[in-house]
Amino acid sequence: MLTYTLRRLAFAVPALLAISFIIFAILDLAPSDPTAQLPLTIPPEVREKIRLSLGLGEPFAVRYWKWLIQFFVNEPLNLIEQWTGWSFGDGDRLRVLSWQTRSPVVDLIAQRMPQTLWVVGMSYVLGALIAIPIGVISAYRQYSWFDQFGTLFSMVGFSIPTFFTGLLFIVIFSVNLEWFPSIYDTTHEVTDWESFVFQIKQMIMPTMVLGLYNASQISRFMRASMLDNLGQDYVRTARAKGMTEKVVVLVHVMRNSLIPVVTVLALNLPQVFGGAIITEQIFKVNGLGQLLIGAIEGGDIPTVQTLTFIFAVLIVLFNLIADLLYGILDPRIRYD
Amino acid sequence: MTDQPIPAGGATPAGGPALVAAPAMPKHRSQWSDVWRQFASHRGALAGMAVFLFIILLCTLGAFIHDVDPQKLDIRAKNQLMSWEHPLGTDNLGRDMLAQIIAGGQVSLAVGVTAMLLSLLVGTLIGVLSGYFRRLDGPLMRFTDLFLALPLLPLLLVIIMLFRDMLRTAFGPESGIFILIVFVIGITSWMQTARIVRGDVLALKEREFVLAAKSIGTPSRRIILRHILPNVLSPIMVSATLGVANAIITESALSFLGLGFPSDFPTWGRLLYDGANFMTLTPDRVIWPGLAISLTVLSVNYIGDGLRDALDPRIRGR
Amino acid sequence: MKATHKLLAGACAAALLAGAAPAQAERGADGQLNIIYWQAVSILNPFLSGGTKDVEGSSLVLEPLARYDETGTMVPWLVDVIPSLENGGVSEDLKSITWKLKPGIKWSDGTDFTAEDVAFTAAYCMDESGGCQQVAAFTDVESVEVIDPLTVKVNFAVAKPFPYGPFVGAQSPIIQKAQFADCMGAKAPECTDANFGPNGTGPYVVSEFKPNDVVVFAPNPHYRDAAKPAFSTVVFKGGGDAAAAARSVLETGEFDYAWNLQVEPEILTQMAAAGKGTVVSAFGTSVERIHTNFSNPDPALGDARSTLEGGKHPFLTDPAVTKALSLAIDREILVEAGYGAAGQVTCNVLPAPEIYNSTNNDWCKTPDVDEANRLLDEAGYEMGSDGVRAKDGVRLSILFQTSTNSVRQGTQALLKQMWQEIGVETELRNISASVFFGGDPSSPDTFQKFYADLEMYTNNFDGTDPEAYMASWRCSEIPSPKTNWLGANMPRFCSEEYDALVAEMAGTAELEKRAELAIKMNDMLMESGAIIPLIHRGGVSAHAVTLEGVKMNEWDSELWNIADWTRAE
Repeated sequence: MLTYTLRRLAFAVPALLAISFIIFAILDLAPSDPTAQLPLTIPPEVREKIRLSLGLGEPFAVRYWKWLIQFFVNEPLNLIEQWTGWSFGDGDRLRVLSWQTRSPVVDLIAQRMPQTLWVVGMSYVLGALIAIPIGVISAYRQYSWFDQFGTLFSMVGFSIPTFFTGLLFIVIFSVNLEWFPSIYDTTHEVTDWESFVFQIKQMIMPTMVLGLYNASQISRFMRASMLDNLGQDYVRTARAKGMTEKVVVLVHVMRNSLIPVVTVLALNLPQVFGGAIITEQIFKVNGLGQLLIGAIEGGDIPTVQTLTFIFAVLIVLFNLIADLLYGILDPRIRYD
Repeated sequence: MTDQPIPAGGATPAGGPALVAAPAMPKHRSQWSDVWRQFASHRGALAGMAVFLFIILLCTLGAFIHDVDPQKLDIRAKNQLMSWEHPLGTDNLGRDMLAQIIAGGQVSLAVGVTAMLLSLLVGTLIGVLSGYFRRLDGPLMRFTDLFLALPLLPLLLVIIMLFRDMLRTAFGPESGIFILIVFVIGITSWMQTARIVRGDVLALKEREFVLAAKSIGTPSRRIILRHILPNVLSPIMVSATLGVANAIITESALSFLGLGFPSDFPTWGRLLYDGANFMTLTPDRVIWPGLAISLTVLSVNYIGDGLRDALDPRIRGR
Repeated sequence: MKATHKLLAGACAAALLAGAAPAQAERGADGQLNIIYWQAVSILNPFLSGGTKDVEGSSLVLEPLARYDETGTMVPWLVDVIPSLENGGVSEDLKSITWKLKPGIKWSDGTDFTAEDVAFTAAYCMDESGGCQQVAAFTDVESVEVIDPLTVKVNFAVAKPFPYGPFVGAQSPIIQKAQFADCMGAKAPECTDANFGPNGTGPYVVSEFKPNDVVVFAPNPHYRDAAKPAFSTVVFKGGGDAAAAARSVLETGEFDYAWNLQVEPEILTQMAAAGKGTVVSAFGTSVERIHTNFSNPDPALGDARSTLEGGKHPFLTDPAVTKALSLAIDREILVEAGYGAAGQVTCNVLPAPEIYNSTNNDWCKTPDVDEANRLLDEAGYEMGSDGVRAKDGVRLSILFQTSTNSVRQGTQALLKQMWQEIGVETELRNISASVFFGGDPSSPDTFQKFYADLEMYTNNFDGTDPEAYMASWRCSEIPSPKTNWLGANMPRFCSEEYDALVAEMAGTAELEKRAELAIKMNDMLMESGAIIPLIHRGGVSAHAVTLEGVKMNEWDSELWNIADWTRAE
């Protein structure tokens, strides 16, 4: 297992480099432009000067090389300096600067982390917590009223997009009932009980909207996989051995049914860091998803490139974790 | 698998090692009639099939019964609620909602089903290959990672820039855009299926019946088609149902990027998106498209459930 | 909101200290003001980002020497009088203007505001390598001299009949020399602290800034009027969309002011019925218009597509066709469906200020389908069996492009139907705004390349002088591969007579004469059919009923008088 892990990690480096190159090439090819959002009163010659001042006049290879240096050398050095207080060289290194805000992209990401983790992260926890029991019970009591209701609920949950449920929640809970705020306050800090209650209140709607969506997806895979396993020979054997139903279902069947669920979760976890573009937009959470979409719309290549690349690293990492988990869940799976 | 007779059509879908060696059974029941019998005994599946057929009929024949031009604007009859003249009301430019839902359904269903099939095909192929052949696993999975990591919006902009005019001249404006949209949705949504299928295949290929098949020298192609694929059917079916919903919704997002069908071309996802802000003014604008999408997805889900049961020899035998 | 509690407590304490005195004359006595701009502020240095949201966000802190009030009249701001020919502030040869600063003004760090800062601002923006986005305000500026600490003189290279480009309006504020001295040229973007928290002379200072999310402002302790501003905190939130911003002011009451509410009018009316807020609008110079492509956009032309070299358009250069297209449009319906109080029918590309508004094209205000059909019949376009007119095998079939935006797509659909009635076939296309307005020379979908027959968008000009704006339709402004598709003359309109008028206006100082010339140019554009104006668009905002002092302004920042805003009891 260890050699396998190490080999995978070693292989990940060239793979990630290739991915970063392809992302950069696509961003460069894409016809969006950093001056597109400026008012038309700014004349074309000035726009051209702005483009040049952003470095767009340089050839593709040079810009990609600069980004590599900035991201893989300057940013880590900067982090080490901040943590340890040592200094390397004159400290006057060019960091990855966003074109929209002209500030270091890494600082922007750090600023967005808390709200993204609170809202998007919590919605995955919530989604999994709701989905796994629903999936297990639905499969165990296939075609019972609980299963039928669960199916209806999850299918409606998945087929109605979040831009609609989010708006519906706002109309009901913010406009009519006035229970929860419709706009997330990112400057809010939790210091005491009262502020904690406020934090919960402002988190409830976005978390529920996203959580429901995730739950409906995970519960479907859980149910399908449970159904597959419930019909297997080992279940019969276990029952024949006189094991209690609880042990059979919750230990034997569930463990073996988790493989697709682990895959879905591993695929989705990096997305916690990718943020949730639509939900963040609706509730003005302004996390990483909003940062990404804003950067894409504004043609802010350094920000998009950095965010997507970090995202790619997480995807590769979580997929490795998923692969290792497969081996633990099903010891027959071997990679060496 | 010991206390019941080996299912008909012995060498068909897998299930246990016994099946592989079993000779053809004497009873002359065709495999597909068995499948159909099992499918028909699944009430949910039948109901789903009925609803799905009804929706298809409504979208294809509905336009002959309710023959209002979905693009006809009548600004003086805007934001109307249900009435005899406009059974589902009108939108803010005075277009008839029922006519739009009928016209939109044709596009949404076609896009939803084709794009789902495409993504399923790619996803299953890549998933099975990388799960089964260890040598392919690394490259194919990194390829999947690449697609997962790609920023969708810029990618779409690049695709449209490169291919729109080409497809437009080759296939005409409407079918050109249809092909582009199906391709774009298919190509950006197969990754989850691939990962899930691969995960299951990894576990399956270590199971006794596959090992047994291997040991008697069954070629890989045959093992995959006969033993592996039928056993990964249930996650594939789930992906399929989720895929239809996903494709219908994604299509609406595309038209907002200026990538989809022209703006006067209704689709369900678009109608829902356009109507969202009018939710409190004319609720008809969101209820009906929302209902249409949900019903379609729900019926596809039940059909998928029934199909999976019908194709699973263990269940079919019961 | 924790901040609110603290602030309310603070405000209460302040009120207690002040005894029974009325709270409104007290700095920071009215608690928190919540403003929502659905496009979030990215940076607080308007020279590095010309986006409206950034200019307006920074206008709470940074101020120009003079600005425009809600009627478009120039008012002195950091000076006592506006220099003019009459008071001797503008030289006789029109080549220089001398500003005398108001004495006693301090920066928010307590230092004095001097002529050095003004001169530095010009040097900062005019630095070639800095990529300053407001450099157009400094066109033809030769030098900016400091005469004494309170006097600054701007010298122009040519005679400037309208010398109020630099240092006037929200786009050209003054930044502090001491803070930005090390941020010149290529180093400008690296000064993150200064760009995120500029010192200013305005009523507020930045206390917290999360780029593309939220800005929190506190009162400027050194603001020139000790009784202002009234609020102790301003939260300037961004994100979401226009409808959501409107909802937060009009329906939930969470916010006090929302900007740029381009939402279908019936939705706005329904929200306003909740009674928590008021919708306000004001008109500047923005016109939603259709540009006609005078060159041929046929893809078969390859590189010569949509250029003058590729030949003229098969039918749009015929004024009868463009006049018929314009006559077939019922502009009242467009206003009703998409703009409501934020739109007025217009027949001019230059509808404001009032003295520049032409009345010679008012025929377009009354739609006349019969007359349009007659014009086309007369010009030889015969109705075909498919309901589309044609002449010599050329069908009146047009590709009509615009940016993606729900109101624009609604307008497109309406226009398509109106033109169908006169036998013109329309194919609609909408393109993502980031591509359409992006100007990437490799993309076929930009508004400069104009690979379509018609295109629709809004344009306007800063301030009140249309000279530079009207100059956009000179022959030399035509985008083409030779100019790397740069240029503002999208219709590819080219007339020697027009170019001569532009040159004449640049040498004319007298206002009435300038107005006459501008009207003449406007009429030429209308008669040629290069531009089909649709709607004179206004800005729409909403404010809470408890917020007082809002004077909606389209000529300058909407927040131009935020120092005077107060909370009603």
